[in-house]
Amino acid sequence: MSGYAVTVEPMSPDPLPRSALANLWRIRSYVRPYVGQMVTMVAVSALGVGATIVIPLITRAVVDGPVKRGDVRGIVLLAALALAFGAGEAGMFFVRRWVQSTVAAGLENQIRNDLYAHLQRLPLEFHDQVQTGQLVSRATSDLSTIRRFLSFGLIFLIVNVATYLTVAGLLIQLYWPLGVLVAAGAGPLAIITRRFEARFIRVSRRIQDQQGDVATIVEESAVGVRAIKSFGRRRHVARTFEVAARQLHDDSLERARVVARFWPLFDIVPNALLAAVLLVGALAVGSGALTVGGLVAFVSLTLMLIWPVGSLGWLLATGQEAATAADRLYEVLDTKPSIVDRPGAADVPDTEGHLRIEGVGFGYPGTGEPVLHDVTLDVAPGETVALVGVTGSGKTTLTALVPRLYDVTAGRITLDGRDVRDFTLSSLRRLVSTAFEDPTLFSASVRENLTLGRPDASDEQVSEALRIAQAEFAYDLPWGLDTRIGEQGLSLSGGQRQRLALARAVLGRPRVLVLDDPLSALDVHTEALVEEALRRVLAGTTALLVVHRPSTVALADRVALLQDGTITAVGTHSELMATVPAYRAVLSATADEEEVPAR
Amino acid sequence: MTDVQAWRGVAAEGTDDLSGQTTIRLRTRSRRLLRSLLRPHKKLFALAVTLLVVQNVAGLAAPYLIKVGIDQGLPPLLARHDARVITAVVLAIIAVSALEYATKRGFLMTSGRIGQALLFDLRRRVFSHFQRLSLAFHEKYTSGRVISRLTSDVDSIGELVDGGIDDLVIAGLNVVSIAAVLLVLDWRMALVVLAGFPVLLWLSSWFRRNSAREYRVNREKIALVIVHFVESLGGIRAVQAFRRERRNNEIFAVLNDDFRRSQVRAIRLVAVFGPGIQLIGNITIGAVLGYGAYRVLHGQTEVGVLAAFLLYLRRFFEPMQELSQFYNALQSATAALEKLSGVLEEEPSVADPAEPVPLPHARGELVFEAVRFGYLAGRPVLPDLDLRIPAGQTVAVVGSTGAGKTTAARLVARFYDPTEGEIRLDGVNLRDLSEADLRRAVVMVTQENFLFAGTVAENIAFGRPDATREEIVAAAEAIGAGTFIRSLPDGFDTDIRKRGGRLSAGQRQLIAFARAFLADPAVLILDEATSSLDIPSERLVQRALRTILADRTAIIIAHRLSTVEIADRVLVFESGEIAEDGSPATLTESGGRYATLHRQWAESLA
Repeated sequence: MSGYAVTVEPMSPDPLPRSALANLWRIRSYVRPYVGQMVTMVAVSALGVGATIVIPLITRAVVDGPVKRGDVRGIVLLAALALAFGAGEAGMFFVRRWVQSTVAAGLENQIRNDLYAHLQRLPLEFHDQVQTGQLVSRATSDLSTIRRFLSFGLIFLIVNVATYLTVAGLLIQLYWPLGVLVAAGAGPLAIITRRFEARFIRVSRRIQDQQGDVATIVEESAVGVRAIKSFGRRRHVARTFEVAARQLHDDSLERARVVARFWPLFDIVPNALLAAVLLVGALAVGSGALTVGGLVAFVSLTLMLIWPVGSLGWLLATGQEAATAADRLYEVLDTKPSIVDRPGAADVPDTEGHLRIEGVGFGYPGTGEPVLHDVTLDVAPGETVALVGVTGSGKTTLTALVPRLYDVTAGRITLDGRDVRDFTLSSLRRLVSTAFEDPTLFSASVRENLTLGRPDASDEQVSEALRIAQAEFAYDLPWGLDTRIGEQGLSLSGGQRQRLALARAVLGRPRVLVLDDPLSALDVHTEALVEEALRRVLAGTTALLVVHRPSTVALADRVALLQDGTITAVGTHSELMATVPAYRAVLSATADEEEVPAR
Repeated sequence: MTDVQAWRGVAAEGTDDLSGQTTIRLRTRSRRLLRSLLRPHKKLFALAVTLLVVQNVAGLAAPYLIKVGIDQGLPPLLARHDARVITAVVLAIIAVSALEYATKRGFLMTSGRIGQALLFDLRRRVFSHFQRLSLAFHEKYTSGRVISRLTSDVDSIGELVDGGIDDLVIAGLNVVSIAAVLLVLDWRMALVVLAGFPVLLWLSSWFRRNSAREYRVNREKIALVIVHFVESLGGIRAVQAFRRERRNNEIFAVLNDDFRRSQVRAIRLVAVFGPGIQLIGNITIGAVLGYGAYRVLHGQTEVGVLAAFLLYLRRFFEPMQELSQFYNALQSATAALEKLSGVLEEEPSVADPAEPVPLPHARGELVFEAVRFGYLAGRPVLPDLDLRIPAGQTVAVVGSTGAGKTTAARLVARFYDPTEGEIRLDGVNLRDLSEADLRRAVVMVTQENFLFAGTVAENIAFGRPDATREEIVAAAEAIGAGTFIRSLPDGFDTDIRKRGGRLSAGQRQLIAFARAFLADPAVLILDEATSSLDIPSERLVQRALRTILADRTAIIIAHRLSTVEIADRVLVFESGEIAEDGSPATLTESGGRYATLHRQWAESLA
């Protein structure tokens, strides 16, 4: 169905935990710059735990020693010591937090930048299939999950396990039979952990995917709000959202259920150990193998395990959530951009602009029928060829192949005899300028939108492009060319947007121009003016023009008729009008084909 | 304006941030929202707190039982091999553990239920409110912002909900009860402890002030990151075609870095606050140790009291750490709540009437009476429009770009309300119609044909979800879209991935047409609805329109006058006013503006 791992469909119901952990392990490349800080955090946390243990000991020493003996100097000394340790404890805590601030935010920042850059490299084919909401949730929720684990969960996982090992070691030294008993507590812990992990990782993945779905619905409903309002369907859309939000709610409750079942088990283990220690210890004291003082020491050490062991549950949970988040992240990062510079790709040299389409075929992946097959067309330097055909005949697809927004699946497209895939993408796309039927403008100034592909364009070039596209209205906007337009700025009419998109395409007089129905939203009068100006531009430019109207066809030197994905006729407009009935049918303006206006 | 920001250009006032209001209003507003979210869960909340208290008592019981076991269980065992007490203690530990397990499990489940219900409620409320808000709002607010509100902001409230309740309850419980015990034990020493409190309060209020400000910035920064992210991916075709990737990466890096810095600042505030509390606690312990020991030496208090004091103090300050965590999560969630409550407070500028006038079967008579409207104050697009369109009439509206044609159409579809005057459908002011009645009566098709994820058939049925398959197919056939739809991989069941990415603009337009036709409104507005169609398709649509429009009112805005030919009447708009009004034939002969347009159009066909 889809060639990409990131799909709208739910993932396979049983993702292997192993792969998730493997992906989490891969995050280490992002952690590497922070190894020093990570070590500091672990060390400081361990020292903090140390101080936490020592302070009660000091207070006990004060009470048992100097106070009982009436030793003022001893009291002052020990109180000072307690103060020092207390300050030290707080200091350690502060250092950990302070270091954490850089690590946490830095890691998240770096991964997000990489994710964004990678997404921009992925071909349209990918973006056609993957919904933005799923990607947003990866760039936000999943990254915070990973950040939380790396900067907090991981540290305490290490510290707590270390505490456990240390305490167990101390206990074995103290009285080995009991020590071994406590160490053996790791057995049940491991079993609980494994069973917990198996259930938790599945539900956590489901929740993350569902969050992406919810984000997708939000995005769609925000972008399509006009359509929703037009048909008064907001309640319906709200219901759709509610179903998805309800699913997220149910999945989260499932998570709560798993958590509620397992986390308290982590608390039970230290309690059970205590009971066992008490029982066995009492017997040992009875048999004289252990002193009462020894048992007390033993018990108080075992008490120290309550927090490290009890918190294992949620520490592991943060780890698992981070693992599934890493999984989702690497699904995107592992998707290889399929349209990239070939090895040895060269910049497009100073070209004449001889464009040849040779036996080109194209099909979207996963769909049986190719959209284009055996398309051959020769566009001489400076020539303008119009592509004509009914809706769905493949005109738009063909235009997207020239700047390699998609790659041909058969045949090749050449510029001056060289396959376009042998050029670097950036030089090819600089050479081939485009305007699409859907004029996308970004939330930026008019100038920025115009000079998108040519940031070095001069003011003269900009004003020339605006003149050609009859878009001089831009100067009359509230802040002229500095006015912000697009989604976050001033809204423009369809005709205005189309003219700006056209101006963007013709800016700097590109060698090769690909225009997809660039005048559809213009009124007749403006269209005539644009055509006149465009004619002069096209005189020196190799151009491929998708057109629907006879008036625009007049801009072209020759016309190619596309039918069912292939070119069936090429010639001048009047030739085709005279000889090709199918062409007449596509371009004749009047309802009755007999009354074709003669040229 | 710095260089890195210059690309954004200048925008009208306040699109970046809605909240110019004072802090206090923001806080009251968000508190009110929080309360209203929690109210339905009062009983569950009480249950959760009870379970939590029991769980904590059970948790504290284990160490106490150990002590009992050693003090009272060991001696009889050692003296006369009497294991009864020790066995009882061990059994008690097991029982207490079981109780702790049960209560903790119950608590986690209950608090999970409350939290998730709360989040669900919040999501639903905000989502449907967004949908209720008018287009004027959405044009400013952008989809990226909507996404960031409903994902990132809700997430940060979720973080509070996940771990907040137990932190708050345990800490609150401990602090209050231990303070009481300390006062009873030795009030002088307790006063030493309380002396730390003003500092504690000062530190907390310092933290609250700063972190509230920082998290507010933080929410805004992440919204900007998301907005840019969404916008680049939405326009990825243009991004790649114009090699904007690098520039975008630069811009994104700046936005992302702004967010990072705000994150760092927010975390550093906690980095001062948490350890600060710990420091105050530890200093207090030191002071109590010194002062207490002095009092013991002078026989003013017992050693046992001092020991108890020190033990309790530890307990007293430890949960304050949790409290500081909670406080931090609360600040972050409050900032998010502020944003969300701000959205919820937005009133739709096009509001539903309180008492709608029912209009179940509209005929389609439209009247504009002294209608005045402009998008920006002081710039009227329609200065004063009077117009009557009898039911069933097909009206073509022509005129140059910016003449106000689309604006007039949008007013009929009630995407906006006139600033003055009124528009009536069958004698009823549009403002008095319920949304359901209005949308059933009036449907507008534009050049922007948004298709939703789902199948072609679902998209056609969008305006009438109860339509049968036969009706859907018939609608598509009627406008001549059947052929291309059947040639799709799965015909009518073909899934349209991501906003119809696979369909051409013309195909999308045909589907949108079929959608409008199936909705069967009394008033159909076509705003450049055939602009992307090729001529044969347009011809089919026009042929279909003759039948479709026969029994309904239609407003057709078109640059191509071929569409106009089927109209009963033509209106020529100029600067928001009607310059010419008459049948196509009369206007063509009159030699006015329309005649010129018509001549130009006829020439363009050649």
